[in-house]
Amino acid sequence: MTILVAGPILLPLLGAALSIGVGRSRTAQRLIGVVTLSGVTVLSVLLLLRVDDRGITTVNAGGWEAPVGITLVADRLAAIMLVVAMVMLLAVVVYAIGQPGAEDEHVGFHPVYLILAAGIALAFLTGDLFNLFVAFEVMLMASYVLLTLGGRPDQVRSGMTYVVISLIASTLFLIALAAVYAATGTLNLADLSTKIPELPTGVRSGLSVLLIVVFGIKAAIFPLFFWLPDSYPTAPSPVTAVFAGLLTKVGVYALIRSQTLLFPADTQPGNLLLVVAGLTMVVGVLGAITQNDIKRILSFHIVSQIGYMIMGLGLFTAAGLAGVVFYVVHHIVVKTTLFLVAGLIEQRDGTSDLSKLSGVARLEPLLGVLFLLPALSLAGIPPFSGFVAKLALVDAGVGAQSYVIVAVSLAVSLLTLYSMTKIWASAFWGPRQDPPADRVISGRRRSLMIGSTASLVIVSLGISVAAGPLFDLAERAAGDLIDTNNYVEAVMGR
Amino acid sequence: MTLLLVVTAGFLCACGTYLVLGRQLSRVIIGIGLLGHGVNILLVSSGGDGGDPAFAGGDSEQFADPLPQALVLTAIVITFGAIAFLLALAYRSWRITDNDRVENDVEDNRIRRAVRRSEGLDDERVER
Repeated sequence: MTILVAGPILLPLLGAALSIGVGRSRTAQRLIGVVTLSGVTVLSVLLLLRVDDRGITTVNAGGWEAPVGITLVADRLAAIMLVVAMVMLLAVVVYAIGQPGAEDEHVGFHPVYLILAAGIALAFLTGDLFNLFVAFEVMLMASYVLLTLGGRPDQVRSGMTYVVISLIASTLFLIALAAVYAATGTLNLADLSTKIPELPTGVRSGLSVLLIVVFGIKAAIFPLFFWLPDSYPTAPSPVTAVFAGLLTKVGVYALIRSQTLLFPADTQPGNLLLVVAGLTMVVGVLGAITQNDIKRILSFHIVSQIGYMIMGLGLFTAAGLAGVVFYVVHHIVVKTTLFLVAGLIEQRDGTSDLSKLSGVARLEPLLGVLFLLPALSLAGIPPFSGFVAKLALVDAGVGAQSYVIVAVSLAVSLLTLYSMTKIWASAFWGPRQDPPADRVISGRRRSLMIGSTASLVIVSLGISVAAGPLFDLAERAAGDLIDTNNYVEAVMGR
Repeated sequence: MTLLLVVTAGFLCACGTYLVLGRQLSRVIIGIGLLGHGVNILLVSSGGDGGDPAFAGGDSEQFADPLPQALVLTAIVITFGAIAFLLALAYRSWRITDNDRVENDVEDNRIRRAVRRSEGLDDERVER
């Protein structure tokens, strides 16, 4: 079963190496990219089925037993995240092939994209805190390159901010690792989960807050989100879509993993996470309302939505965590789709500035449908997946009697709907505007882009249709997170 | 010995932080390098007091803890790669803007212009 767990990390790396080798032929690079990511998607679906059926699967790299060696652990949460991430990566690479620009002009796109995939997979599957650091670095290094691929002045400017912030976060991560190792003498997550509760309260809270700050920068929670709305919109649109859908969610995953496994609910520093969650939601959505560019509005919405995920985590109940798992899955799909639609508009009209756009729905009604469905879902309108996700979180909030955060989350939903209507009213309604002639591309390329966007819309509709079984799965995943004994036994037990 | 290491780490981190907060890209990069070194020293000292070189001697009781050393090696390589990329990016930035300063945030500029307009001042020049 080694291949199921190690495959999602090794295959993309192998694909990246091959892709560099055939750098002269873009067709071969495309083939390798699509085949590798399809293969990894199949592997991760098989992994999810196996994990859901037989419980946590572990692999010890090099045959060294935990806690000495590096352990890869796939539990339900990791497998779910892996499946969603790989589906997104696959859809976006097809979109990127259709789009003129980044992928066409740069030899590096496909190899770096596959390395990004490997980094994301490693971050989900690792069972070791230092290995998580390495996964972050692999992922971030690939993201630096993708973000600045065009070398345009605005990309260099915002890329600089992004790289420096990420490096400072990495430095803090190393400090946290040094502190954890000095206090416990191990970095294996399962081993830590039995050793950290023995530490004095002060040390434990210090480590917990340090890790919250580190992962909070990656996840863009308040007040550490300022780099995100600035840097994401400048990247090529398929890259922005992947970043928006996946990168911050890797941070959220790391927060969930570290807070549930290492710092049980009774050792948490009060309502810190809930307060942070509320502020993240409110500040993010207020930022979105003041913006006047589709990509920037959507970027601020990422921040706001991260607040919902932190809210579920901050409740520290099984219902809350199940809500988060479902919410993350819904959010990744919907957010990626919205950015892809924004990319489609930008590709044709040459801008994503609301004051310059008009009548998109008249010119291309299909785009209107592709935007409207995920936008309503993001705002939480029934019967879309966003409604189910928010209902689960609100229900969990009421169950935990945290009424303030529930009220905040409902108000933020309304404001989200408001800013989605703003995009709709300025860009999609209004008199029809013919696109500049030099931006028209061949029907085949455009249909690749629209096809991959449409398939993601169908996935998101699929999530709302299959909400029942999926939510059961999310509840089982949350059960694993609350009861850490299974995880520890699976890693340390043999 | 450990105290000396910790003080050095703190000093390097302090210098790094000071440089990172500056407005010149070259200083920021040197600052990040210093921060990296400081943290690496911290990581080495997280293994406790030193001892014999790991694996070289016979007595495992007197070994220095080899794990932090392995971690530091990895961290050094990663910092090296990141700084190389940052230098390339800074060079690009210098080629584009012809100076070595971190540019103003676009959004800050927009707000500053809006404030000036509302105060009736000319909105042409934005302070760099």
